[in-house]
Amino acid sequence: MQDDRELLLGLYRQMVLIRRFEEASAKAYSQGKIGGFLHLYIGQEGCAVGALAALEAKDYVVTTYRDHAQALIRGTSARACMAELFGKVTGCSKGLGGSMHFFDADNHMLGGYGIVGGHVPIAAGAAFASKYRGDGGVAVCFFGEGSATIGAFSEALALAALWKLPIVFICENNEYSMGTPLSRSLSVADVSQKALAVGMERDAFSCGDVLAVRDRVAVAVKRAREQSLPTLIEARTYRYRGHSMSDPGKYRTPDEIEERKKSDPILNAETQLRAMGVSDAELEKINASVEAEVEDCVRFAEESAEPDESLIEAFNYA
Amino acid sequence: MRELRYREALREAMAEEMERDERVFIMGEEVGHYQGAYKVTEGLLARFGERRVIDTPIAEEGFAGIAIGAAMVGLRPIVEFMTWNFSAVAFDQILSNAAKLRQMSGGQFKVPIVFRGPNGAAKQTASQHSHAMETFYAQIPGVKVFMPATVADAKAMMKAAIRDDNPVLIFEDERLYGLKGEVPDGDVVAEFGVSQVRREGEDVTIATWGKMLWQCLDAAEQLAKGGPSCEVIDLRSLRPMDHETVVRSVRKTGRLVVVHETWPYGGPGAELVDRVQREAFDALDAPVLRCTGRDASMAYNKKLEDLTIPDAKTVLAAVRAVMSY
Repeated sequence: MQDDRELLLGLYRQMVLIRRFEEASAKAYSQGKIGGFLHLYIGQEGCAVGALAALEAKDYVVTTYRDHAQALIRGTSARACMAELFGKVTGCSKGLGGSMHFFDADNHMLGGYGIVGGHVPIAAGAAFASKYRGDGGVAVCFFGEGSATIGAFSEALALAALWKLPIVFICENNEYSMGTPLSRSLSVADVSQKALAVGMERDAFSCGDVLAVRDRVAVAVKRAREQSLPTLIEARTYRYRGHSMSDPGKYRTPDEIEERKKSDPILNAETQLRAMGVSDAELEKINASVEAEVEDCVRFAEESAEPDESLIEAFNYA
Repeated sequence: MRELRYREALREAMAEEMERDERVFIMGEEVGHYQGAYKVTEGLLARFGERRVIDTPIAEEGFAGIAIGAAMVGLRPIVEFMTWNFSAVAFDQILSNAAKLRQMSGGQFKVPIVFRGPNGAAKQTASQHSHAMETFYAQIPGVKVFMPATVADAKAMMKAAIRDDNPVLIFEDERLYGLKGEVPDGDVVAEFGVSQVRREGEDVTIATWGKMLWQCLDAAEQLAKGGPSCEVIDLRSLRPMDHETVVRSVRKTGRLVVVHETWPYGGPGAELVDRVQREAFDALDAPVLRCTGRDASMAYNKKLEDLTIPDAKTVLAAVRAVMSY
């Protein structure tokens, strides 16, 4: 129980950091300090935080363009993340990647990818490499339910099953692929059913309880690590914001969003922590330290230098 | 020196590199048990086992992406496309991932991978199986493109590609697989971006790559009896492209014909022409002409197929045209 308390406190801080970080980035976006696309994870934090708590440092993480959370969880500093959004050379991709392309080689964060589903084979490749080397590593691949209809997803799933790759596919089903609801984009309501066609293990759950997410993903990670078998997970979640900052989200009612906020992973974690005896003062202390970290990262991003013109072609070739 | 066939030279290079580097493996359709659709990988499965010679199902985007992911974290894959035509369904993996990962990660990742297979028209393989695909790929910053025309280059370029830390695309040719040629002894590794003068001449420069080299040499030989003296340059590598060897030659001859199998619209041939006219404008005595594949999809009929891609006869006509200015 004490272990769970400490673990949940850590996961709670990660979730709060992601939310405050993204709120700050939304503000900076509206001030014109961040360009391009900005896809927010707000509401979905329980998914990545719970899932990645089941991993070891040697494991690999691959995700979509909605990638801020995964980088922050893996250990990329808030400074490097915010600086990347600001397009600064101190960013985690030197200002060349932006919001959609966070990379952190040291923390085995293999990136955020902008082509829907195109990254799923990449994750299977990282798992392939771990199996080839016999190093016991596992790859975790996040994608939305919008990826479940594209060929790269189906091919990666088929090959991972055929070759018994140590990978966990996590479909972050937030019920909308951009503005299209699940009912109009998929012929099945449960994305994990896609595993049946390739004979893969599957699981499906919602992400309101971050510890439960960790426990369920841990089962799949163990299967990958010990038996070298893949799993497809459908993780039900919900984003409170639009698909990106340019999406007002008019395809949903305010009532629907308010209803979903009742199972907010951060609120749930607070309730659990209080039940474990964590005081309001302790929670307040965590929130204050997160706010200081986010304020610091925005200042750092603003004060950092732009990348030099010499970087335009510098990374064409190794 | 030993005499090998082109496919044997490719195979020998792969086998030698697999011996020296445990991270190298080959993956593709029919590369293992079937021994390769064109027998390039014949015998490799028996020698290296299923861990390193991997038969894939028909899923080019899937296995190309898997190989890219494996390369990102330290392996050195060789991906065979049964033909480059089929790479079109994996194009996004090469364009959006292999070519861009280093740049969009701010230099944190490298992608040491080889994509290879036969390219261009074979013998009456018709509309969908006859593309000269190098024209698409050579445009992409982040990849390198080799076009081995000779047996020695087949081996030396394959070794260079496997040892390089970037995505390298090797466009082989079904009609060259049986070609015999001399291969130097020892560990010869090709350089990227080095064109080679394959025949010296005085009156006109012919620049080409891949299998068209042999049509150009044939035309030059025919012209040697009383016609203009042709200097034939094999570009060998389209990205990086060594145009300087061509510029030097044009400074001597004053005339240039660029010959390629692929379509006339844009592409590496037009790129070469652009570079030469900028750097040797004062040396040109005639407009640069191109002798290219026709602006059409490939017909099945043999006569029409032969008329669609350049041969010695059309090269000769282009040389005569450039000499008439």
